[in-house]
Amino acid sequence: MSTHVSAAPVGAWEGGGSPYATNSKKFGMWLFIISDALTFSALLFAYTYSRVANPDWPKPFEFFPSIIFSSVMTFCLLSSSLTMVMAVHQMNKGNRKAAGLWILGTMAGGALFVVLHATEWMRLIHEEHVTAWSNPFGVPLFGATFFGITGLHMTHVIIGVIYLGIICQAVVRGKFKAEDVEVAGLYWHFVDLVWMFVFPLVYLMSAHVN
Amino acid sequence: MSTHTEQTEHIEHVTVGTFNKVWVGLLILTAIEVFLCYKQLPTLIMLTALVGLSVIKAAMIIAYFMHLKFERFSLFLTLFPMLIFCILLMLIFLGDATRIPAMRPPA
Repeated sequence: MSTHVSAAPVGAWEGGGSPYATNSKKFGMWLFIISDALTFSALLFAYTYSRVANPDWPKPFEFFPSIIFSSVMTFCLLSSSLTMVMAVHQMNKGNRKAAGLWILGTMAGGALFVVLHATEWMRLIHEEHVTAWSNPFGVPLFGATFFGITGLHMTHVIIGVIYLGIICQAVVRGKFKAEDVEVAGLYWHFVDLVWMFVFPLVYLMSAHVN
Repeated sequence: MSTHTEQTEHIEHVTVGTFNKVWVGLLILTAIEVFLCYKQLPTLIMLTALVGLSVIKAAMIIAYFMHLKFERFSLFLTLFPMLIFCILLMLIFLGDATRIPAMRPPA
């Protein structure tokens, strides 16, 4: 990055410099994250509205396996965020090999999350007979909101794992800069952040309590 | 001063220990959420408690993991007030949801 862009010599808002003292890739990712956050906010709000408006909303998630599985999935994502932070940290120190290994760890956390989530989905579909359009509980919106929200989130995780794979191979081969890893990290942390709302609202609010 | 140097200086303020503490904090808050869900609270109180804890977790992730705490304040002002404003606009309708069960015709 040139000195001219970030120097902001006179005043941050007087032109000739970046008022954010950041690079355009990172700013672009932030804008994407904010717009995606609005998408998830709207979905989660629609779910919450339906949830509050239906006193007979089903609570099918047993402590085992659903709550245990989703808690372990939360642990996977939180831990993968930590490994992503470590990857950025190592990349800033110029240690590409260590950064590549931390990114691989992050991908492993994401992949484990997807496997556990897919297992949970299959159990719901085959054992509880819940689909996106029908379920035995008599509240069709349950399946629609559950599969809609968790499906969109899982899509983000899968895209994130692919994105990190591309970044990882480039980092190990000596391509890409620290800022590219940091931008990928922003995306990954956002995926983690969204799950921090999906987990309590979708799973914990519908936990089966005896 | 180049952007890269500024960023490196920011990151130096945050040690690996800080990231570990944030991670442990997030895990503890998650455990509290799981504990709360077995406390048989009314739906709206449970909803408020869980969303409140989730907002704290989101703030920790944004501030430390996403480094927003160490960016210029102008970046925060550009991105977040409008996001919060839009979410609050959506929440205006939540009151409606509480009235719907009372408006149902008796079975």
